[in-house]
Amino acid sequence: MIRTILGFPLLLLFAGSAQAAWEVNLPQGVTEISREVYDLHMIIFWICVAIGVVVFGAMLWSVIYHRKSRGAKAHNFHENVVVEIIWTIIPFFILIAMAVPATATLIKMYDNSESELDIQITGYQWKWRYQYLGEDVDFFSSLSTPREQINNSEEKGEHYLLEVDNPLVIPAGKKVRFLLTANDVIHSWWVPELAVKKDAIPGFINEAWVIVDQPGTYRGQCAELCGKDHGFMPVVVEVKPQAEYDAWLAEVKQADKAASEAALKTWNLADLMETGEQVYAKACLACHQTNGEGIPGAFPALKNSPIALGEPGPHIDIVLNGKTGTAMQAYRDQLSAVELAAVITYERNAWGNKVGDIVTPAQIAKLKE
Amino acid sequence: MNSTVAATHHHGPASGIGRWLFTTNHKDIGTLYLWFSFIMFLTGGCMALLIRAELFQPGLQLIQPDFFNQMTTMHGLIMVFGAVMPAFVGLANWMIPMMVGAPDMALPRMNNWSFWILPFAFSMMLLTLFMEGGAPNFGWTFYAPLSTTYAPPSVTYFIFAVHMMGISSIMGAINIIATILNLRAPGMTLMKMPLFVWTWLITAFLLIAVMPVLAGVVTMMLMDIHFGTSFFNAAGGGDPVLFQHIFWFFGHPEVYIMILPAFGIVSEIIPTFARKRLFGYASMVYATASIAILSFVVWAHHMFTVGLPLAGELFFMFATMLIAVPTGVKVFNWVATMFRGSMTFETPMLFALAFVVLFTIGGFSGLMLAIAPVDFQYHDTYFVVAHFHYVLVPGAVFAIMAGAYYWLPKWCGNYYNETMGKVHFWCSFIGVNITFFPMHFIGLAGMPRRIPDYALQFADFNAVATVGAFIFGFSQLIFLYNVISCIRKGKQASAEVWEGSHGLEWTIPSPAPYHSFSEPPQVK
Amino acid sequence: MNAPRNHKRTVTTLILGCVLMFGFGFALVPLYDVFCRVTGLNGKVELVPAHPEKLGQVDKTRQVKLQLVAVNNETMPWRFKPENSIVELSPGEMYQTAYIARNLTSGFMIAQAVPSVSPSEAAPYLNKINCFCFERQPLLAQEEKAMPLVLSVDPELPKHIHTITLSYTLFDITPESEQVAAIGGGSLR
Repeated sequence: MIRTILGFPLLLLFAGSAQAAWEVNLPQGVTEISREVYDLHMIIFWICVAIGVVVFGAMLWSVIYHRKSRGAKAHNFHENVVVEIIWTIIPFFILIAMAVPATATLIKMYDNSESELDIQITGYQWKWRYQYLGEDVDFFSSLSTPREQINNSEEKGEHYLLEVDNPLVIPAGKKVRFLLTANDVIHSWWVPELAVKKDAIPGFINEAWVIVDQPGTYRGQCAELCGKDHGFMPVVVEVKPQAEYDAWLAEVKQADKAASEAALKTWNLADLMETGEQVYAKACLACHQTNGEGIPGAFPALKNSPIALGEPGPHIDIVLNGKTGTAMQAYRDQLSAVELAAVITYERNAWGNKVGDIVTPAQIAKLKE
Repeated sequence: MNSTVAATHHHGPASGIGRWLFTTNHKDIGTLYLWFSFIMFLTGGCMALLIRAELFQPGLQLIQPDFFNQMTTMHGLIMVFGAVMPAFVGLANWMIPMMVGAPDMALPRMNNWSFWILPFAFSMMLLTLFMEGGAPNFGWTFYAPLSTTYAPPSVTYFIFAVHMMGISSIMGAINIIATILNLRAPGMTLMKMPLFVWTWLITAFLLIAVMPVLAGVVTMMLMDIHFGTSFFNAAGGGDPVLFQHIFWFFGHPEVYIMILPAFGIVSEIIPTFARKRLFGYASMVYATASIAILSFVVWAHHMFTVGLPLAGELFFMFATMLIAVPTGVKVFNWVATMFRGSMTFETPMLFALAFVVLFTIGGFSGLMLAIAPVDFQYHDTYFVVAHFHYVLVPGAVFAIMAGAYYWLPKWCGNYYNETMGKVHFWCSFIGVNITFFPMHFIGLAGMPRRIPDYALQFADFNAVATVGAFIFGFSQLIFLYNVISCIRKGKQASAEVWEGSHGLEWTIPSPAPYHSFSEPPQVK
Repeated sequence: MNAPRNHKRTVTTLILGCVLMFGFGFALVPLYDVFCRVTGLNGKVELVPAHPEKLGQVDKTRQVKLQLVAVNNETMPWRFKPENSIVELSPGEMYQTAYIARNLTSGFMIAQAVPSVSPSEAAPYLNKINCFCFERQPLLAQEEKAMPLVLSVDPELPKHIHTITLSYTLFDITPESEQVAAIGGGSLR
């Protein structure tokens, strides 16, 4: 805290240097709806300002002119039915004027016309899963900002905390429908520039839609408190022209195929350990920590744990299938066979755990089918 | 607080710690409530400063995300249930019997009990910080399933603490209603009651209506966690959204529980220092009542993004906007009271004026939040944080401070130090605005609430907010010092205390004797 | 003044009020359920079979796109997929399909499927004549099963709805005793 207090004057000196850091308003966004929302926001803002000027003006007038030190004498009025009725009715009409455009926009948002692409979005603690319905494309999207930047040991990048490994890619100019649900707790999928924020609720399905005309990259975040790393599950949407989108789709399908082929080749311990360490940093480190010691009372240690030191069977089971009633998720669908084999091997042979055995990708691929 | 009173009266207080443990005197209990709430205010404030310190710069510096979540949760719970609500009950205990001309509260022994539950409830809640797995970390709104299936083990203690606070509030409310309905002095008709009494009467009814619902919802959580029921678990036929409906059915009236007594305090103070009767007394009463009634049909505006059907969104949007009408009437009445008055600006008046302005700003952002299609952008961002801090800090908390300065000379017979009071006011006023105004901007720019770390474009305003928070936080020590020195010594206060004061509480000497109105006064 | 007696009445009334409100909190649970089913709020659908004889005429004039989605809740390691993910059908037409589930673990498990419909406005118009979500679904280790679903869309479905999404989320409800038994038996789960 002392450091923070000492930091104040320094900050005030350098504050001016960061550009765009003084953003004060909603983004206009890139969809028809988002622009309507922005206009609505501005209309209501200016109405509030106008009311504020009148009310605070009257108050300031009294404070300046009706003060005792100026010799003001108190008048003796204390009610006036006509005035009181007037200032009950006028706000009522102002509210109706606000409600009309708001209702129109809301009805537009609930439009249920045909969409050209449906994407199922599932919230996980603490990542998003995107499934392109009818396309057999299915991937997870999690934070790609390195831990070192978060812990301040490295310079922070331009898109600090708003960058992911696999962004959601959608075609421009097409109506895309999102079907939102969650795997564990409630999350909320939000991209300000698309004006879409919808809760993802376990067991239930919600929908939202967008038509984005302008290709580009749009960033957002999870908006509903969902546990420890709620602040670290961004949403990145890349909007591409149809041709580029088609190329991307083909590429993803190709990569999936390559990954399943990689599982069939032979892996040695060193290679698995190397891949395993990367996978561990991405998927496990948040809870089990860098040193594998976990957080006592919240997340168990892997170092010297009976599961990591025992037979491979139960270890594979808990990683693939998770553990009911705890924060341990099922990673069966989240990681590829190679990644799973590597991370399990890593956990069995890191931080002084020395089992020495290898869990092969082929073995996992068989379990995953 | 008023130990000097003891010697002058034959039915004086007992001496030593026993006086406070076994007291049934409304003034003693009021004092206990007020000190308790101030201690909680400082505790919750320290947590807020820790949160702000972590958010001073992007990156994780001081605390880790899980502890950050525990801090936001505890800060919210302590400020709502430990600081604001007990402060209002403390003021009610002190002032309502004196304002309606009653000798004491209607049920003095229950009064003692309802206070003494609180320290135990909050000790239990604070001790969860030292439990394995940590304190509750699911936000003060404790949405299922994060607060059930995924909660730390301390959630059970949290549930019992909430039960105890609920019982305390309900007993307090029963006592206040009984006092107001049954112990008014002859001639004190309902429509002659001071507005503080009126707003508290309505608040007490709200408490009776919704605290049991809160008790119900935490009981359901308890059953889900320990007895295998599925109220909020989809697997067993339950529904996590149902939790939010029940919680906000309690939660929205709860918000008004925290602001209606503030309206009452401000409606007492402004006429005194404008030396003019309150404008539109009757419409003030009706406006308060209609706000209270409307508060039962707007709860789902906290849930616009859960996927309500169109008709639901529209209904809750319109109902919420309607609340602006009676709230507007109140603000207009206060301004009309000042208009053509003869104003002076002592500390209570400064806080009351700041209340009117800043609460109205909070009201404007509330109106913006009511517009469902735009709320999709505001929901769960710092814009919401700015909104409710504007209505709760310069709203409820400023009103409590205004009330404390206003009645302090009546309580202890001495004036507080006026200069120090003004310094406290200006530091608080500036601090509050530096803290919370930039939050509107970062919210609109896209920063979600309850995150321990943020993207670089939010950095500058966050740093500014942190500076403001420290100014506001430390300026409360001025208040503490001022109150303590006022209790010890100060300029002797007359019975009227203020030039323009009005009402029964100003007819008895300052400091108020240990027992007042043993003979009911006549009100004409 | 007759204060003490007044107090007794006031206090009794208020305590009664509290008890009533506590009860009301619990009453909100069934009330909400009823409310949801009537309005389709939250996409909830009937968990009991509709009566086939009550179904109206087939409306051949329009087609509705029915989208079937499968979701696994956390720690539900089954493979779970709809047989067909998109079908076009006319309102009133009876449609029969299935979800394929396979228990990938080496232990016995029981699942419960929870249905949800989007847009929620369509929920009351989706009649499920037979659904695997009506009962719990036990599967032995590595067992695969086609779980049947028979449904129809009510011809009264509002005209502006063109697509209905029906999702099933699979939850693990294996009783703890079963899990313990399985582990004790030396298997993985």
